[in-house]
Amino acid sequence: MSILEIISIILILGGLFFFFTATVGLIRMPDYYCRMQATGKGDTLGAVLCLSGLALYNLDSGLSFANIIVSIKIMFIAIFIFIANPTATHAISKAGIDCEVKPWTKKKEVQS
Amino acid sequence: MRYVIVFIILFINWVIWSGLLDLFHLSLGVISCLIVTFMSHDLLFKRKTFKWSDISEAFRFFAYIPWLLYQIILSNIHVAKIVLKPEMPIDPDIVPYQHKLKKDISITTFANSIILTPGTITALIVDDKFYVHCLDKKVAEDLLTGEMEQRVAKVFGEDK
Repeated sequence: MSILEIISIILILGGLFFFFTATVGLIRMPDYYCRMQATGKGDTLGAVLCLSGLALYNLDSGLSFANIIVSIKIMFIAIFIFIANPTATHAISKAGIDCEVKPWTKKKEVQS
Repeated sequence: MRYVIVFIILFINWVIWSGLLDLFHLSLGVISCLIVTFMSHDLLFKRKTFKWSDISEAFRFFAYIPWLLYQIILSNIHVAKIVLKPEMPIDPDIVPYQHKLKKDISITTFANSIILTPGTITALIVDDKFYVHCLDKKVAEDLLTGEMEQRVAKVFGEDK
């Protein structure tokens, strides 16, 4: 196993871990906005880590022109996710505010 | 001049995405890049004139990205800790935040950065106010110190 392979395995495992916590958060969080907190962050880092792991793994089979081009394309996908994911998170939570979804707070639970 | 720069940027993109360097694909690329340049050259650069500060702005933006990545990793560890604890220690609230940024691009960058940093998401933007949903009191206080706003303002040259 080469060093590149080991690094890419570590990156992909890290990405999968953050995907996992994002999913657990999506299920466990109490309300709409808190669910967005978990997915908006976990998905971004998870996807970026997985894709950079894939790009490195792709370079492992030799530094030819075609390989480098494919890795650059994979990194472009990562950059697009990096920009689009927070924007989508904001759009979804704005939709929640526009529809007057009440945020969950600790105080209310104590009062009721 | 603007046409030439837009054409070069588009053509570099074409070559990267197609990856084929034979005459047929390159000439197809030249033709389509010319058409796109002709139709939408004003979308990429708003101003007609060129300023040297644009380049330094781009460099400062690239210097901002590592700090942002570090914040993203911190925020993911923060969320992972909260989510994996059985009692789930959260105290969410929506906090208004008054910002002083002027340019559209810096407001967008700042809003996206807020979403990616620990425990906060920008829920609503009204004029010069962000309504930020915070996961607990500590991250709300961290946000209200305005450290990140200063960093964004520095990147886009608004800290005068």
